[in-house]
Parts: sequence; C-alpha cells; structure tokens
Amino acid sequence: MQLNFSAENEQFRREIAGWLEANLCGEFEPLRGRGGPGDEHSYPEQRKAWERELAAGGWTCIGWPESYGGRDASIEQQVIFHEEYARAGGPGRMGHIGEGLLGPTLLAFGSEAQRQRYLPGIRNGTEYWCQGYSEPGAGSDLANVKTRARFDQQRGRWLFDGQKTWTSNALESDFCFVLARTEPGSSGHKGLGFFLLAMEQPGIEIRPIRQLTGTSEFNEVFFDAAECAAEDIVGDPGDGWKVAMGVLGFERGVSTLGQNLLFQNELDEIVRRAKANGAARDPVLRQRIADAHIGLRILRCNCLRMLSGNAADGTLSRESMIYKLYWSTWHRNLGKLAMDVLGPESEILEDGPYQLNRLQSMYLFTRADTIYGGTNQIQRNIIAERALGMPREPRG
Amino acid sequence: MDFKFTEEQLMIRDTAEAFLAEFSGSAAVREQMAAQPAAYDAELWRRICTDMYWQAIHVPEQYGGLGLGYVELLAVLEPMGRHLLCSPFFATVCLAANALLVAADDRQKAEFLAQIAAGTTATLAWTGARGQWSVAGVEGVWSRSGEDFVLNGQWRFVPDGHSAQLLVIAAREAGSDGEDGISLFVLPADAPGLGREWLPAMDQTRPQARLSCRDVVVPARGLLGEAGRAAPLLGKTLDLASIALAAEQVGGAQRVLDMSVEYSRERVQFGRSIASFQAIKHKAADLLLKVESARSAASYAACIAGRALLGDAGDAELREAASVAKAWCSDAYFLTAGSAIQIHGGIGVTWEYDLQLYFKRSRSSEVLLGNGAQHRERIAAMLLD
Repeated sequence: MQLNFSAENEQFRREIAGWLEANLCGEFEPLRGRGGPGDEHSYPEQRKAWERELAAGGWTCIGWPESYGGRDASIEQQVIFHEEYARAGGPGRMGHIGEGLLGPTLLAFGSEAQRQRYLPGIRNGTEYWCQGYSEPGAGSDLANVKTRARFDQQRGRWLFDGQKTWTSNALESDFCFVLARTEPGSSGHKGLGFFLLAMEQPGIEIRPIRQLTGTSEFNEVFFDAAECAAEDIVGDPGDGWKVAMGVLGFERGVSTLGQNLLFQNELDEIVRRAKANGAARDPVLRQRIADAHIGLRILRCNCLRMLSGNAADGTLSRESMIYKLYWSTWHRNLGKLAMDVLGPESEILEDGPYQLNRLQSMYLFTRADTIYGGTNQIQRNIIAERALGMPREPRG
Repeated sequence: MDFKFTEEQLMIRDTAEAFLAEFSGSAAVREQMAAQPAAYDAELWRRICTDMYWQAIHVPEQYGGLGLGYVELLAVLEPMGRHLLCSPFFATVCLAANALLVAADDRQKAEFLAQIAAGTTATLAWTGARGQWSVAGVEGVWSRSGEDFVLNGQWRFVPDGHSAQLLVIAAREAGSDGEDGISLFVLPADAPGLGREWLPAMDQTRPQARLSCRDVVVPARGLLGEAGRAAPLLGKTLDLASIALAAEQVGGAQRVLDMSVEYSRERVQFGRSIASFQAIKHKAADLLLKVESARSAASYAACIAGRALLGDAGDAELREAASVAKAWCSDAYFLTAGSAIQIHGGIGVTWEYDLQLYFKRSRSSEVLLGNGAQHRERIAAMLLD
C-alpha cells in the first residue's frame, strides 16, 4: 500500500503540467476556473476551441486505446492528468460526456462501425454529446422511461416521441444518447433501447430550465418524430438498460479526482476569506473548516482506493458505492460553510440583477449535488442492498 | 500509487484475524475484564510474542524486529480492534516502542527495543492529573542531580501503567510550561520511589493506571534525546500512536456494523425482517460510509507514518495525517457503536450481549490521545493560524 507515484509517472505529471502552462494562456486565459458545475453555461464557444487545442496536443481521451486516438494511459496517468488539469485551473470540459461516458460505452458495447463514426469527433473536439436519461416521470426510478422508439420499416429509421429532462448542455451538443422504450407496453428494465441521435433536426426541441442560481445548465428536450438511422442503436432492442447501467459505472471513473481538486480550490478560498474577515477566530467555524479539510482528505483517499481496488469485471467495490453519497454530502456542507464564513456579506450579490459570486453559486448549486446522478436516498438503497446484502425495496 | 494492501499485507491481516478469532473470543475477553486489578493473559502475550512476533513488527531488523512498515502494523491492529484484544500490545508497541524509535539513540534502541522484542511489556506516561493529551499537558517534573535526573509528580490515564515492565516517562523542567522543558526518560517500572495504582475504568478491556514519582532517580543513560528539548519527539510519538489507535478503531467499527446488519436481517417485526425497512437500511448505509472512510483515513495516515519513521515525511505532514485519522475514526467508531445499540434494540443494552463492550471501547478509544474536537482544532491551527 502506498500513496506515491512512480518516477515514470511523475515525469508524465511534469509533461502535462508543462503543456498546460504553455497552452492555457492567451485567448484561453479567461477560461481558467470557468465552466465547472453550476457554471457550465459559460463561454461555450471558447471552451470548444480549447477542446480542439487539447485534442491537437493529444490530451483528450488519454485513457482510450491508441487505435482510437487515445494514449492507452494507465489509471495512474489518468489520475495525474485530471489532477494537473484541475490544478492549472483548466476549464470545465465541454467534451466530458463524450469522452467519459459515451466513448467508454461504445468501446464496451458499440459496433466497430459506431466507433469509427463517433469516436473521432469526440477525440478531436469537433462533436459534443449530451445524455438523454431522465424524464419527468423517470428520475430516481430511471427504468420508468416512457419515451417511445419505433422502427419505421419503410424508411428504415428509428422514430422517437417523448420528453427528456435535466439534460446538461443540450444546446451546445451535436448528439444525444437516449434511453427509450422499444417494446410497446413493456415496463421497467425490459424493452428499452440505447440510441444515438443528432440534435440538429426538426423533431427535437430544446427548452432551457432556469435553476435557483438564475442560470441554465439543464434543459428539457422534446422529441416529436425525431429520428436516427437503423444502425444508431447500441446493442439490440431490449439491451438498453444493460448499456445505460454500464455508462453509470463509467461515471465513477478517474475524472472524479479532478473534481477533488476543484473542491480543494473552493476550500482554499473559504480559508482565505475566513482569515481575512475574522471567522478564523470563531471556535465553531474553526471546527467546521477543519472538518471540511478532513473530509476532503478522506474523499481523495476513498477515490484512490476506488481506483486501486476496482475489480476487473466491473463490479462495484464498497468504496465505489459510497463515493457519490460521500462527495455530494461533503460538498453540500461546504456550500453552507462558505456562507457561514462570509456572514452577512454572503447575502449581498456582486451585481444585479442576479450576479452571484463563485461561493454563492457553489452554495446554491450544491443543493443539486445530492440529487442528480442518483439521490442520496437512492445511493443509500444501493449501499444497503448491494454492499450490505439487506433486502431489496419492494417494487410498486 | 497502489492504495490497497499487497498480497503479503493481506496475508498478515488474515493471519491476525484467524489467530484472534481463536484466542480473543468473547469468553476470553470477558475473563480478562473480570480480573481485579486488571491483568493480562500472560500465556496469550507469550503466544503473540513468540508465535506471531507482532510486538516487533515495525521494529527495524537491526534491533531484533521484523523490519516491516506501519501499514503492516495497521494490518494487525484492525483485527485487534475487531476482537477487543485485551493485551499490553498497544501500550508496548504503539506507545513505548514508537517513543524509542523516535527518541532513542542507537545504544538505547539496541538495549530497550531488544527487550520489547523479547516480550518485555512497556508503556508511555505523559498525561498529568488534568488529563490533557497534548505535549503541553505534561505535568510531572524532572530536575538534575549531578549526572542523574530526578522525577517527581503524578501521571494519570497511563495505558497498562500498573503492569508494564518498562516505562517511558515524559516530564518537564520545573517552572517550564507549554512545549518547553520537556524530556523523555526510559526506566524500569520497579525503580525505587515509583508508585503505581490501577484505576478501575468504565472500559474494562484497556486498563489505565496512575503513576507517582517521589525522587525517582534516572541515570543519564535513561535520557532519550536532549534534556528539555523532547517536545517534538513526544509529539511525533503521540501522532504515531494516534494513527495506530485509529487503525484499531476501524476494526471495532467494522465489527459493530457487521453485527448490526446480521442482527437486523434475523430480527423479524411486523412480519418482516427489520433489515427491509429503509429506516434501518439507510442508517446502515450511512454507517458503512463512515467505516469505509475511516479505513481510508487510517490507511492514508499509516502510509504517512511509515514515511515519517523513515525520515521521508515531515512532522507537519505526520501531524495532519494523525489528526485526520484520529478525528474521523474516533467519531466514526462512537457513532457506529451507538447506532449499533439502537439497531439491536433492547438486547443492545444488556450486559450479556457483547455490543456493550464495543460501545465502551469506542468511548475509551475516542478519549485516549484526544477526541475529534481536539484533533480538529489541531488541523484548524495548521490551516488558519
């Protein structure tokens, strides 16, 4: 058991750190620290240009096989990449849904033709993806998706009717992967398909959702005879749930370590503000700031254990199962701590009509952390049932 | 970067688990608890020292030890906490041997670590009557008498202090305060003028004692480090011990969680197992999060402790790691043990059921070497002052 990286990997760390220092500047300078959670709507075009810059340097999709444009980077190297990226203040990755979710899904479940068609656009920063899972009636109960997919034999195309919601970056995306019901009258996990749809088409309408921050990262996506080609289904009709669950497994991947460094940046700012305004002398706040530090240190260790220990067959270890519940709760508490450190100033905006500062935005947006990607309550069910072997919830 | 046990470390842990399952079962623990004054099972200690050799697990080979690291020490401490081992192990190895590793010169290490490797029991006394665990909490006093040193005063809450054969004692120069004037001494427990009194304690699985010195003479060769300048050495020792205790706490917390899940699956109310209620499932899930995170914290700290003993990690890094681990593991163990009683219902508050033993151990372990709030304040001082 050790926490150190090998000399070879430390050399890799210097390489990526050096590249970022040399390239995250000039026209990209304003992007530093932008585009993270709660700020995903900012600078979309510039951030896409930055994705292409990264791609030109060979720094997108580094964990993918070389044959698909990646570097075959080891888990350690991917960890290092994400750490250095966050340390440098690299902007929120416009391409992360494609790189982190759809790419691994196509590598695991897709056809060779699908890989050849879609992976290069992700790798080169020219095509962007969003996720079409949640629906108004399918949140925690994701298997309750109602969006219908029917195959039009005459035209040889899939047609879609229904609605997705909470879709991040839908307006900035070229494609959407969609979980839809292929078997009329089916319910639950059965009878679903996993599809790849172009966003630019007459049958798709996008409506932004304004959140409590006043900004809109999320959208509603409406399908009215939207379509895709016959071959744009991953797996067979009926395989959709298996493929979709595979994607959720990839969500707990190496990029989470970069997230930890964003959290560290936020905690550092709270510490600076506390020292400046005297909150650092308040014994109760001192306890809470120390608790946040301890919690973040352990979050990183949980993450390193998760990355060191995951079984090769993809089954989730205990440390993987607690991960979402842990970080979301920690981060939500950090938001409240930030406001308590700022005191009365926490209520005052930078500017009208609703210009939040970074900590205010974080505080408000962290209320979503314990909901999206599986609520804390769903996470606890998963932990109790899968990690502790307690009885499953009865299904209605 | 490979943040998990190696095959060899897993083997050490599993061997310890099997040994303790056999020799530190409920009956054995309860027999130890009943002894008045507290006494350990000499035969079990002999087995540990001759068959397992755990007392020298992280002592360098040149001093008669196995020369393994702090992670290997962690690998045996977790099962010890899991089985509530009643033994002078923690006092001897995690307090006294660590003090010697940190503060002794080569000649002293050769002499005293060899004694420990041969099965001599030992402990560290530093806390005064006021019960402060920090270096500044040392109250007993040293003075000079020619070449020798003379100890006077009271030490309280000394783990296994009434039975240890070898003592490491921290004292301060008369009139000094804070971290000034601290010295560390090593001396036999039967030194003239040294009084020892067992303190009956709520947790009967880890005995405590009061030591008193009245003009106890320590020859110069019993001084560890430099007279009056041992505060950093004592601080480092306490940090190492805190990390060891955190590892023990992980084992105890895991055990009470396991007991609770098992019991909840068997216990039927309203026609169904209580494990099927979300009120119980969600509580158990929250506890697993605490326990797995405690394991991460203790593992992290053990890695840093290992580097600190090799001189590869600084005092500040060790202090931070120790406080992260001790704060989290103390709170996690107490929460888990308390919640375990709630999940068990009435049977959880009986004397016959072992849960009460873990509940008491969780509390005594929380107190020993500083509770969560005290360690958070140490972190706060590092971040904010």
